[in-house]
Amino acid sequence: MSNSTSKRCNSLDPSSEGTLVHPGKGLQESNSRSQLELNHISKAFPGVQALNDVSFDVRGGEVHALIGENGAGKSTLLKILSGAHQADSGTIVINGRETFIEDPRAARQKGIAIIYQELTLVPWLSAAHNLYLGRESQFGRGILPLKQMNAMAREELEKIGIHLDPAVPVAELGVAEQQMVEIARALCENAQFLLMDEPTASLTDREIEILFEKILALKKAGVAVVYISHRLEEIHRIADRVTVLRDGAVVHTGAVSEVTMSELISKMVGRPMSNHFPPRTPAKGTEILRVEPPAGASRSRPVIVHKGEVVGLAGLVGSGRTEWAWRVIGAAPSKGERVFVDGQPVHITTPSKARELGIGMVPENRKDHGLVLMRTVRENVSMTILDRLVNWCGFINMTGQNQSCNYYVNRLGIRCSSDLVECTTLSGGNQQKVVLAKWLVRDCPVIILDEPTRGIDVGTKFDMYTLINELSQGGKGIVLISSDLPELISMSDRIYVMHNGDFVAELDSRKTSQEEVMHFAFGYFNRT
Amino acid sequence: MMNLSYSSLTHLLSRYGSIVMLTVLVVLMSFTSKEFLTVHNLTNVVRQVSVFAIIGTGMTFVIITAGIDLSVGSLLALTSCVAMTVIDSAAGMDYVGILVGLVIGALAGAANGVVIARFKVPPFIATLAGLTVFRGASLVVTNGLPIIKLEGSFRFIGSGMIWGIPVPVIIMIIVVVVMQIVLSRTAFGAYVYAVGGNEEAARLSGIKVGWVKFWSYVLCGFLAGLSGMILMARLSSAQPAVGEGFELDAIAAVVLGGTSLMGGRGAVWSTLIGALVIGILNNGMNLMGVHTHYQLVAKGFLIVLAVLLDDYLKKRR
Repeated sequence: MSNSTSKRCNSLDPSSEGTLVHPGKGLQESNSRSQLELNHISKAFPGVQALNDVSFDVRGGEVHALIGENGAGKSTLLKILSGAHQADSGTIVINGRETFIEDPRAARQKGIAIIYQELTLVPWLSAAHNLYLGRESQFGRGILPLKQMNAMAREELEKIGIHLDPAVPVAELGVAEQQMVEIARALCENAQFLLMDEPTASLTDREIEILFEKILALKKAGVAVVYISHRLEEIHRIADRVTVLRDGAVVHTGAVSEVTMSELISKMVGRPMSNHFPPRTPAKGTEILRVEPPAGASRSRPVIVHKGEVVGLAGLVGSGRTEWAWRVIGAAPSKGERVFVDGQPVHITTPSKARELGIGMVPENRKDHGLVLMRTVRENVSMTILDRLVNWCGFINMTGQNQSCNYYVNRLGIRCSSDLVECTTLSGGNQQKVVLAKWLVRDCPVIILDEPTRGIDVGTKFDMYTLINELSQGGKGIVLISSDLPELISMSDRIYVMHNGDFVAELDSRKTSQEEVMHFAFGYFNRT
Repeated sequence: MMNLSYSSLTHLLSRYGSIVMLTVLVVLMSFTSKEFLTVHNLTNVVRQVSVFAIIGTGMTFVIITAGIDLSVGSLLALTSCVAMTVIDSAAGMDYVGILVGLVIGALAGAANGVVIARFKVPPFIATLAGLTVFRGASLVVTNGLPIIKLEGSFRFIGSGMIWGIPVPVIIMIIVVVVMQIVLSRTAFGAYVYAVGGNEEAARLSGIKVGWVKFWSYVLCGFLAGLSGMILMARLSSAQPAVGEGFELDAIAAVVLGGTSLMGGRGAVWSTLIGALVIGILNNGMNLMGVHTHYQLVAKGFLIVLAVLLDDYLKKRR
C-alpha cells in the first residue's frame, strides 16, 4: 500500500512530461503545451472526397466545437484522429511535433481519447476494473488489491466530481454515469485531447447539465476538448470556438461568441442543387396513410400521405425518423401513434400486419435489415410474396416466382448475370434495387424508403429517382427519408421536419429552402 | 468470497434464480424422502457433483469469454485412459500416471486454444472436432477395452476420505475457491470478463485477447483432466466410453448458475450451485424411484424453467 500513491495514474504525477494536469495542479504549464493541429488533411473513399484540405486545431483549455450536416465529414475526421483511418495527405501535429497515428492504440498513447456515442466499457466488470483495464500491472502481480483499487478509482472519479461506488458493474449504471467512467478512464490514461462524438445524444437534461459542468472543469484543468454535436444551443453554451464542415471542407472557423446560430446553419447548408433530378408532376389523390402523434406529443404534427404523393421526412441523424418508420410498420414497439390506412384506424403490431395492410419499408441498412445476402436475388425478391406463391400443401409455385422476379429485375434494371446469383455479388446500388423490388412485387400502396440513395453511385441514384416518380404517378404513396437535402427537396411534394422525435414542421417543397429545413431540424422554430 | 457488500448483494440477487431453485429442491426432497437428508446420502450427492462442478468451473471461464468447450467429456475419457495405461505399466507409477493425465488435459486444452485463438475457428466447431478426436484417441489408447485396476494408491483421490470428507469434494472445494478468486480478483479474471463482454474494448485496452482465450481453454482442459483422474480413481478403471454427454451437463450447470452464454458475465460459485441443483435433482429422482428415461425428460424441463426464472428475477430487479 505504501508505494501506491506514487503509482496511481500517471496523470497525477506532476513531474511527468506533457501530461494532463488535474484541477489545481500546474494549470499554466499544461495550457501552454498541449496543442493538436491538423494541416491540410484530405481523405477520399471510392466515389467520395470525404475530406478536402481540412485544417483544424485545438488547444489545451479550450472547447472546440465541430459541426456540419450529415455526411459533411465529421466522422471521417474523427476516425483519422482515432487512427481508424489514415489521411491521404496532410499532417497531424501534436505539441509541435509532426506525428503519424497508425492505429487506435497509437492515438491513445499520444494522448488522444475519444468518447464515442457507443460506449466501450466492459458491461459486467466494475467501474474500477474498467478504469484500470489493461493496466492492472500497476497493482502488482497476482491477486488484485480490490480495496485499494476501488479506493483509487473512487478518488479518480471524485476528481471529476463523480460520486459513485466503483465496485458496481458498469452495466448497472446510468448512461451518463457510464460516460463519466469513460471520461475518467481517458483522463487516467493521460489524455490531453478529449474528442466527444455527440455525447449528449442519449442523456437526459439533468445528465447533460452534469456533463457540461465536467467539461468546463476539464477545460479549466487544461484539457483540449473537441465537441461534436448537432445541438447548436449546446455549442453556444460550452464551446469557445466552432468549426463548420461542409462537403468535406472547412467553411468557417471562429469564436462562438462572434456568430449567431442562424449564421452557423446558413454556413452548414447550401450544398449546390447540381444533381439532376427528373422532373415531377404531382398527382395527389386520396389519403392512404395518416399517422397521428401520441397523445402526449403536442408539438408533433400528424404525417399524412396521399396517393401519388412523395412525402419527405427531414431531420438530423438521430432525430428519430428511422425509429418512427420502424414503429409505423410494427417493427419496434409503438409509442402510442395512431395509424389510419385509407381513413380506417388500424393497429399495427408486427411488420407482417403492416404488409397485410399494404405498407412496405426499404430499410436504411440494406445489408443487415434488407437482404438475406447469401441467398439469391430471386429468393430475396419473392420473400414478401411467398404466402401468395404457395399452393394448398405449401409448395412454391416456381413459375410464378420466376416470372414475378424477372419482371422486376428487368423493370428496375438490376444488373446481375441471372436472378439466381447471391446478393453478395451485387453492387450496393443493385442490392438497393433488390430491396425495393421486394416491396414492388408485393404491390404495396405505401412504401417507406429510408435513405434509399445512401452509398450508391450517381447513375443508380438517377434510376432510383425516376422510379420513385413512376411509382408515385402510378398512384403509390411514397415516404422518403433522406439526409440529402437537395434530393429531399427535389423529390418530395411535401416535407415534414423531425426534431428530437417530433415532427415540428410541414413544408411545401416548392416554396422551402435547404436553410429553412435545417432551421427546423436544428430546433429553431421562430426564425427572424 | 465477495468482500464488498454491494457487489455481493447484487451478485446474490442476480443469481437468485439458482439459489431459489436449490432451496426449493432441498426442501422438497427432505419432505418426500427420509433418506435424502442423511449424511450418507448427502455425502454421496456432493461426491457425484464434484466431477461436474470441476468441469463446470473450467467451462465457466470459457463461456464467460463467449466461447464453449464441447470436448470436455471426451477429454475426460482420454486423460483417464492414458493415465491408467501409465499406472498399469509398472508398479509405483500411480502418481506419475495422474500427473501425465493432468498434463494431457492441459495440452489438449491448449490444442483447442490454438485452433480457436490463433486460427480463429469458431469455438463450437473447434471443440466439436476435439470431441471426436479425443474420443477416438481414447479408443486407440485402450484398444476399445476398459482397463480395470482394483488396487493402487491412485484410488485415494476418488474414494479416500480426509476427516470424514471425501477427497473429490475437498478437491472440488479447492478448485472452486481458487478459481473464483482468480476470476474475481486477478487481472486475468478481469480480462476473461472483458474479452467476453466487449472484445473490441478489451483489444483497445491493450489486452491480448488471443492469449486470454488460449489460457481459458487450457484451464478448461486441465480441469477436465482433473475430473478424469477423480472419476478413474473412483471407478477403479479407465473406460474409453466414459464421460459421454458430460459436456452438456457441465454447460447445463453453468447456465443454471446464471452465467450468460453470450459471455461477459457469470461466476464460478454459481456454477457450483448449478451443479448441485442437477445433482440433487438426479439423486432425488433416484430416491423416488423415477425411471432414468423420465429423469432425462425432467432434467430438460428443469433447465428451461430455471433459466426462465432467472430471467424473470433479473428483469424484476
